[in-house]
Amino acid sequence: MDYLLSIVTFLPALAALILALLLRGDDAAANRNAKWVAMFATSATFVISLFILFQFDPSNTGFQMVEEGDWLLGLQYKMGVDGISVLFVMLTTFIMPLVIAASWDVSHRVKEYMIAFLVLETLMLGVFMALDLVLFYLFFEAGLIPMFLIIGIWGGKERIYASFKFFLYTFLGSVLMLVAMVAMFSDAGTTDIEQLLVHNFASESFSILGIQIIGGLQTMLFIAFFASFAVKMPMWPVHTWLPDAHVQAPTAGSVVLAAILLKMGGYGFLRFSLPMFPVGSDVMANFVFTLSVIAIIYTSLVALVQEDMKKLIAYSSVAHMGYVTMGIFAANQQGVDGAIFQMISHGFISGALFLCVGVIYDRMHTREIDAYGGLVNRMPAYALIFMLFTMANVGLPGTSGFVGEFLTLMGIFQVNTWVAAGAATGVILSAAYALWLYRRVVMGDLIKESLKTISDMTTREKAIFAPLVVMTIWMGVYPAPILDRIGPSVAALVETYDTDVAEAGHRDPVTQVAEADH
Amino acid sequence: MESIILFAPLAGALIAGFGWKLIGIRGAQWITTGLLFVACAFSWIVFLSHGSETETINILRWIESGTLSTDWSIRLDRLTSIMLIVVTTVSALVHLYSFGYMAHDENFREGEESYKPRFFAYLSFFTFSMLMLVTSDNLVQMFFGWEGVGVASYLLIGFYYRKPSANAAAIKAFVVNRVGDFGFALGIFALFFLVDSVKFDDIFAAAPELAETQLTFLWTSWNAAELIAFLLFIGAMGKSAQLILHTWLPDAMEGPTPVSALIHAATMVTAGVFLVCRMSPVMEFAPNATAFITFLGASTAFFAATVGLVQTDIKRVIAYSTCSQLGYMFVAAGVGVYSVAMFHLFTHAFFKAMLFLGAGSVIHGMHHEQDMRNYGGLKDKLPYTFWAMLIGTLAITGVGIPLTGWIGFAGFASKDAVIESAYVGTNGGYAFWMLVIAALFTSFYSWRLMFLTFWGKPRGDKHTHEHAHESPMTMLVPLGVLAVGAVFAGAIWYSSFFGKTNEVVKFFGGHYEEPSEELKAAVAERSPKASELHYIMEDPPGGAAIYIAPENTVLHEAHYVPTWVKLSPFIAMLIGLAVSYWFYIVNPALPKRLAESQRPLYLFLLNKWYFDELYDAIFVGPAKVLGRLLWKRGDGDVIDGSINGVAMGIVPFFTRLAGRAQSGYIFTYVFAMVIGIAVFITWMTLTGGAQ
Repeated sequence: MDYLLSIVTFLPALAALILALLLRGDDAAANRNAKWVAMFATSATFVISLFILFQFDPSNTGFQMVEEGDWLLGLQYKMGVDGISVLFVMLTTFIMPLVIAASWDVSHRVKEYMIAFLVLETLMLGVFMALDLVLFYLFFEAGLIPMFLIIGIWGGKERIYASFKFFLYTFLGSVLMLVAMVAMFSDAGTTDIEQLLVHNFASESFSILGIQIIGGLQTMLFIAFFASFAVKMPMWPVHTWLPDAHVQAPTAGSVVLAAILLKMGGYGFLRFSLPMFPVGSDVMANFVFTLSVIAIIYTSLVALVQEDMKKLIAYSSVAHMGYVTMGIFAANQQGVDGAIFQMISHGFISGALFLCVGVIYDRMHTREIDAYGGLVNRMPAYALIFMLFTMANVGLPGTSGFVGEFLTLMGIFQVNTWVAAGAATGVILSAAYALWLYRRVVMGDLIKESLKTISDMTTREKAIFAPLVVMTIWMGVYPAPILDRIGPSVAALVETYDTDVAEAGHRDPVTQVAEADH
Repeated sequence: MESIILFAPLAGALIAGFGWKLIGIRGAQWITTGLLFVACAFSWIVFLSHGSETETINILRWIESGTLSTDWSIRLDRLTSIMLIVVTTVSALVHLYSFGYMAHDENFREGEESYKPRFFAYLSFFTFSMLMLVTSDNLVQMFFGWEGVGVASYLLIGFYYRKPSANAAAIKAFVVNRVGDFGFALGIFALFFLVDSVKFDDIFAAAPELAETQLTFLWTSWNAAELIAFLLFIGAMGKSAQLILHTWLPDAMEGPTPVSALIHAATMVTAGVFLVCRMSPVMEFAPNATAFITFLGASTAFFAATVGLVQTDIKRVIAYSTCSQLGYMFVAAGVGVYSVAMFHLFTHAFFKAMLFLGAGSVIHGMHHEQDMRNYGGLKDKLPYTFWAMLIGTLAITGVGIPLTGWIGFAGFASKDAVIESAYVGTNGGYAFWMLVIAALFTSFYSWRLMFLTFWGKPRGDKHTHEHAHESPMTMLVPLGVLAVGAVFAGAIWYSSFFGKTNEVVKFFGGHYEEPSEELKAAVAERSPKASELHYIMEDPPGGAAIYIAPENTVLHEAHYVPTWVKLSPFIAMLIGLAVSYWFYIVNPALPKRLAESQRPLYLFLLNKWYFDELYDAIFVGPAKVLGRLLWKRGDGDVIDGSINGVAMGIVPFFTRLAGRAQSGYIFTYVFAMVIGIAVFITWMTLTGGAQ
């Protein structure tokens, strides 16, 4: 299995190609075939990706299963995984079969729909495994196209506006990143990420037009990458594309968006910003903290007053991503561990929450919170599952949501107590908006005439939720296997970060602790 | 055996919750209850046989990140075993009681909806969470239990999911508790930051060092021990419904009555007291934080008692009474007599659970009527319930033989111990007087409840009174068992909790030694009657289940307070009883007249000092307004407005410039991207390729 990573990456694309070339017709049989091909391909990808997980050696902090080769125009093809990326790969392959299963009732342009998702999977996997700057950029940007199509073609009423907004926001950020990549190449003379990671980018301050740039080139590069990743994340104040995109996207699109696409920003921070521009990160850390805390409080408050279920969950996603950025730039073991864990866990929880919305949207064709109420009377199984993920979303200990939130807060507390205290108010607000949503949708008496005949979840729907339930609880009760895999790589990352920052002499050791004078 | 105690309720909850269709409703009820009785029996065995040494059992690794390491584990010491018997005993009895109480419920369609397995599963799940809380050997697992009981409480308060008021109360309970958890979590972070561990053993060992450390938190620098004690206490305030964060507890009465007895009287709400006692090694080094605990506890005891005077809902009276009694416990913990705090927790669990279950029996017999104004003369209709409630009232008001210390009902021994400790701990100051006044009010409202319910003439719906009936045996047996506890628990364990210092220290697993001469002299000077200080605790912080600093001699001195202090709670009780008798038996028209003549005061009390209205105005309302503002103005106008403005202004300009390149949205941007990549690649090829 020398080409394990490539096989996993391109298997979905191969299936998409087969669908595109070989499947003809638009009748029921063709649609069924398209679904089964997609299902089979994504499941096979997941099974094969398990080999990556089993072969992965947690104690090795470098890249593993590396593949290298030449590519067109003298460019380099290089793939590999380390402790930071391997779980994102697994998250992606795990979620995709569920996404296909959740799309089983799609009837409009089924073949194209499946192709879009399969191509999207390849591109997402590529992002997490690419070890070459150009390759990464290609995967990163190309991923926009299928998502753009998914929202634009299979979306809701305002899909054109939403897809336009989605594309515009995310693409504009990337332009700056492209410039930065060119600058990196001219400075380091390589696009190999492995080599860039050990390259020291200049951090001597200089001034442009009289403005002093502390951290010099590193800060400039940091800002350029930040522009791209912050939009993807999304961080306040460039988050407004997300609620619109979520609302208009079909359920499966929302799930992929929330579960995987949102993680690319965080992954980018961990792969590029923190290790390659440590001084820049250090200089900008307080800025990022500020945005994170604003995001947590601001979007939680906004979530409190939403009238559309998907919008509410989308805003809650932004708040949760605030914990991630905060944890990453705390740049200590707990913070970064927590950030990665939070991203993985959020993948399951937010995915499940969007599926929860999808379940009742499929029945009632509305996402208005006011259109529901008292569902527990007719949908006890649904009420149970929705309750579980609501609780996971508010970070209840024993679910995966807690571990990430707790670790990031613990990490940030060691760096800045203001940020920690501000972010911790998010645990209060999240409980308020999540339970308020649950109450309005599920609790109460069932009085609305339109809901009187609503039916509980089907076996297929239950089967989609089952793996997510298992993962959420397992990661909450016994997260050690996950943290064992993340830990060593993060430890190495944090160590080099600390040395680099100390060498540059920018971080004055903040002494928060002192002897009491007696 | 400890693992069985811990996991039996969880197993019961899972079997009843998910497997009731297989084993039937009766099966689910019997299995949960049976497992709880097993856990209860084992708990008593552990309590009586284990002794006082500390033992740790590891179960599974949990969160590990760098130097942070937490395990699922059981820490067994005296504090744990006391809580084990309290939790499992009350829980087992409440399970049994629920057979009768939940047999018919008008909130559900009989025969169609199987609410019973769900109820029993929740009860067992709650018990499991509570046991996780009390058996934890680190703060994070404790936090798990802490939030777990919060969820169980949320689920059970909102059990009648059709009632909007129940749903609102459930959310309120969870969110207000989260405010407390916010402080608790910050306390854990601060401890980890300073001690590099969340395990109790490490924290306790580092406690003296914490007192010597300054920590920068928010705007200024604090003494670490003080700050941590204060943050953890915020958590305790939420869970134990202390003033400021108390508003959820009365509303929590929306839940079925067995829930109120188990969660909102005997166990969950005492978790805050348990936390303070558990963290006694840190508390002992935080004089200002503990002074605040004393102050707030005393204020809560007083506040809740005043509100209890005028409530008409039988469960709300008892809820405020609980709130008030929790204040007593905090005062005891605040003045550094942790054993007495645990003593009152222990006895209170029996008599308060019984009062609630008794109230439940009345409510059950009166067809879910909860307004005491519609009761009256039920003494003969519900004879067993009446006797049980009477014993509970005698216990809570503290009836006993004055000056003996321990001969009396359970509440007599423990409440007098609290008041005497408060007198010493605050030099006869604020806390002492608040508690004495609260004792008077307690006596008044408790007897008022009894007189309105069981004496006098039947009031309210005639039909209901005619059909009032005594409850079934499943409900009366738990009452009987708890009555035994309410009578004897104080007298039996008096010396263990509030005996001589050496007895108490030994009970909690410590060693005692002779005090230094200076200390003896200091005590003799402070309170001449208590000059004979024989023993102090020898162990370092963490050496025993609780820690008593050598200079903390409140426990010793509390035995030698002036006689009038010892008599004061008894006198207060008699006055309360007399006034109550006069108001509700001799001259029943008087309360109404008084309420009219003192209308502002009456309304102030009836509306619970307007805390709910205040919070709505300060927090809930503004949060919604702010949310709407940020959404519509912030997201909509400012962010989207400016970005769209730029986009709508510039993009069309460029596209027009580029001619008719845009055939559709998609391809314009794909094209732009491809061009970008092409330029990049070309440029790289020209400058020498990737390598």
